[in-house]
Amino acid sequence: MQEPAITPDLIEAHGLKPDEYELILEIIGREPTFTELGIFSAMWNEHCSYKSSKKWLRTLPTDGPQVICGPGENAGIVDIGDGDAVVFKMESHNHPSYIEPYQGAATGVGGILRDVFTMGARPVAAMNSLSFGETSHPKTRRLVNGVVEGIGGYGNCFGVPTVGGEVRFHPAYNGNCLVNAFAAGLAKTDGIFYSAASGVGMPVVYLGAKTGRDGVGGATMASAEFDDTIEEKRPTVQVGDPFTEKRLMEATLELMQTGAVISIQDMGAAGLTCSAVEMGDKGKLGVKLNLEDVPQREENMTAYEMMLSESQERMLMVLKPELEAEARAVFEKWDLDFAIVGETIAEDRFLIMHNGEVKADLPLSPLSGRAPEYDRPWVETPAAAAMDDVPQIDPVDGLRALISSPNYAGKQWVYEQYDTMVMADTQRAPGLGAGIIRVHGTDKKLAFTSDVTPRYVRANPFEGGKQAVAEAWRNLCAVGAKPLATTDNLNFGNPEKPEIMGQFVGAIKGIGAAVAALDMPIVSGNVSLYNETDGSAILPTPTIGAVGLIAAGEEPITGTARDGHVALVIGETTGHLGQSALLAEVFNREDGDAPHVDLDAEKATGEFIRANRDLIKACTDLSDGGLALAAFEMAETAGVGVHLDSDDTAFLFGEDQARYLIACNFDQAEALMVAAGKAGVHIETVGRFTGDTVRFGASEAPLSELADIFRSAFAGAVA
Amino acid sequence: MRAAVIVFPGSNCDRDMAVAFERAGFAVDMVWHKDVSLPEGVDIVGVPGGFSFGDYLRCGAIAANSPICRAVVDHAERGGYALGVCNGFQILTETGLLPGALRRNAGLKYICKTVRLVTATTDTAFTAAYDKGQEIDIPIAHHDGNYFVDDAKLAQLQDEDRIAFTYAQNPNGSVADIAGVVSKNRRVLGMMPHPERAADAGHGGTDGIAMFDALASAFVSA
Repeated sequence: MQEPAITPDLIEAHGLKPDEYELILEIIGREPTFTELGIFSAMWNEHCSYKSSKKWLRTLPTDGPQVICGPGENAGIVDIGDGDAVVFKMESHNHPSYIEPYQGAATGVGGILRDVFTMGARPVAAMNSLSFGETSHPKTRRLVNGVVEGIGGYGNCFGVPTVGGEVRFHPAYNGNCLVNAFAAGLAKTDGIFYSAASGVGMPVVYLGAKTGRDGVGGATMASAEFDDTIEEKRPTVQVGDPFTEKRLMEATLELMQTGAVISIQDMGAAGLTCSAVEMGDKGKLGVKLNLEDVPQREENMTAYEMMLSESQERMLMVLKPELEAEARAVFEKWDLDFAIVGETIAEDRFLIMHNGEVKADLPLSPLSGRAPEYDRPWVETPAAAAMDDVPQIDPVDGLRALISSPNYAGKQWVYEQYDTMVMADTQRAPGLGAGIIRVHGTDKKLAFTSDVTPRYVRANPFEGGKQAVAEAWRNLCAVGAKPLATTDNLNFGNPEKPEIMGQFVGAIKGIGAAVAALDMPIVSGNVSLYNETDGSAILPTPTIGAVGLIAAGEEPITGTARDGHVALVIGETTGHLGQSALLAEVFNREDGDAPHVDLDAEKATGEFIRANRDLIKACTDLSDGGLALAAFEMAETAGVGVHLDSDDTAFLFGEDQARYLIACNFDQAEALMVAAGKAGVHIETVGRFTGDTVRFGASEAPLSELADIFRSAFAGAVA
Repeated sequence: MRAAVIVFPGSNCDRDMAVAFERAGFAVDMVWHKDVSLPEGVDIVGVPGGFSFGDYLRCGAIAANSPICRAVVDHAERGGYALGVCNGFQILTETGLLPGALRRNAGLKYICKTVRLVTATTDTAFTAAYDKGQEIDIPIAHHDGNYFVDDAKLAQLQDEDRIAFTYAQNPNGSVADIAGVVSKNRRVLGMMPHPERAADAGHGGTDGIAMFDALASAFVSA
């Protein structure tokens, strides 16, 4: 088949800038073939190369005694003692989900699960952080329904419990929803597998599902802004098959037991190209592939299509040749393809053959090593203007407004569509802060949370970045878990705009400061840029996923408030209303500065909660919506009323950081006061849990009435 | 006491069910779907939840035609015990060991939550430890749990006291609120709710334990 001639239009259609094409010419000293151009495009797009973000990602703290493997592999790995490790990562599937919500979200879940089990870990928990446009926007309802069904359709069938996540709505996501999927798995520290190939002449084996034309050029698509031609991009979205993924996971884990695996890499973005280059590059080897041996689902596929296909549920492995028969038997047992498609070679060369014809012959290491890297110009986000006064409101009316909004209403409609209990180790399902699972067969538990408050990040990227980490820290501490490490999923607009790049830089600096202070190194992550439609960017959304450990013998804090319990706030309240939920939902205002995050105070209050878990019956962190929303949620969960003494708007709805709400009995409250005095932590009694009403000062409503609103508002807005 | 738990490609509650049997004192064999016979001396076969064969064609339909299911049917026809949960219930209806069929939930969405069941009969080895009318809280997690039988068959199930559990609040549109039924000889139970997910203190509910313990005592005394 005749390959198209290389023209400036073709180069541009591959997302390559003229100077990037010049670099290609310099590296190979000739004009690339069509297949080679596709390979460069796949490796050098923003999604795969991190060319705009690398400079700044390098500044993030990624190390610590608990870290077994930091960023750069398929997922991060953290030691949880006794030879056990938790393997986790969060990754976006934003662009595909906007184009085709069910499959986009489903394959996002599939991709992140594959990243985890590729390393030898059985996935044990999933979360997802979702951002949609306003509910009145004509696309939102379809997107919400499709994304949630897609996540459920894939994760439920695969058999991993969803234990946490977030859902938010804001007009800035009208043209660009965000789907950030997190997965964590468990491995033995001596049973971890990496992607670096080793040994010359070792067989390169293709595993899993067959290759089709789906997703060709997907990563390049995901690295561009959207415009009104978006519907034409549907063929670039992949189609998922969770049943195949489940078998691929079982077969891969079984294969690893045979000792046949030298190295292994899943095929995600840019499929065969990216996985083969990664394995070769990390192992300082070349790779030769014979494409006629690739299992194909469609007829007459070209080299170009096979190299760029993003068909799902596929892996690439370098095999110990003497164990080929054992390895093949495992894949035959699970009725999956197993095909030797190439070999490792000594030269630094990526050689692609198809029916005896050379389709690409490139130096391998420059494909990743010499990918462009940009120091994009950026401008500091200007300081927020002084905020107008906020009038006092009836506090129960304020609460009613919050819980009527899909942003703050109960999310049962979402997580009841996910299997939250499969594997029978879920200790705390979604909806109540961090989710908790037991490490199977042990008394250890892991807690998971995902957090970010995009309004804060827009107003003040540095404080907003800090806040996302601090909120994750708090959610873990609130259940009694020691925060271990973090994965970041950085969603921003077009980095070629200095103000967007400024948001990115500011947020990275804030995240870096917080993970350093709180000892939660970044061990994995993903960057999603160009989240813009017709020039309008999303809110900067650096989603933080974090994992904490509840050691054997330690009790998690998962109780509920009881009638007669005292309500206590740990940490200082000054009543910061800038960028608050109350301003946005009641006054339709998004002004003021983000709350300042005092990292020393965060550390002190979080450690105080963990150290005094025996005195605490129920605990939640205070975040957006402030004390009023947290107290209501704790009351609603417990089915008991709450009376807070104050009716002050700023006190009840302020979003000061480093705070927790606690419920406990009187004796425990006294003991906590003593302990807080010794620890130098601020503590105050704010009311008590009692009766069947929610009362703030003199303002009051039946708990049942508010609970009905809270439980039905989300479905009412999107179903 | 021996239990066998069948593993189909796509089963994902197989381990959970094995853990619940083991907790009650059973020795458990995991049996691959391509096997043609059950291990010697198996007292009860567990057919677990999940998405056997990806739910392709129809939930449970392909699994019901797998080699091991012929052995499961033989075992049941010889008077052996079997417990099918969720996809396992769907498979047992597809084999004909249990009457009826499971359709798409009335609300058309997958539902995962803990629901309240009413124990409708205690005259089975599975439900002997509950009181008749006792309410128990057991999780459901399914997309196709809407149980259907025609009126004549329903009347027969009622006459023969073969409805094991009903839903206190019907979540999926099942005929007569049915959550689980037993075979004519009362030795095969199929149910959509997952008793193995309410089988230790960490689950937040323990109402499923009594089922596995009752089975264990049935085989000890047998």
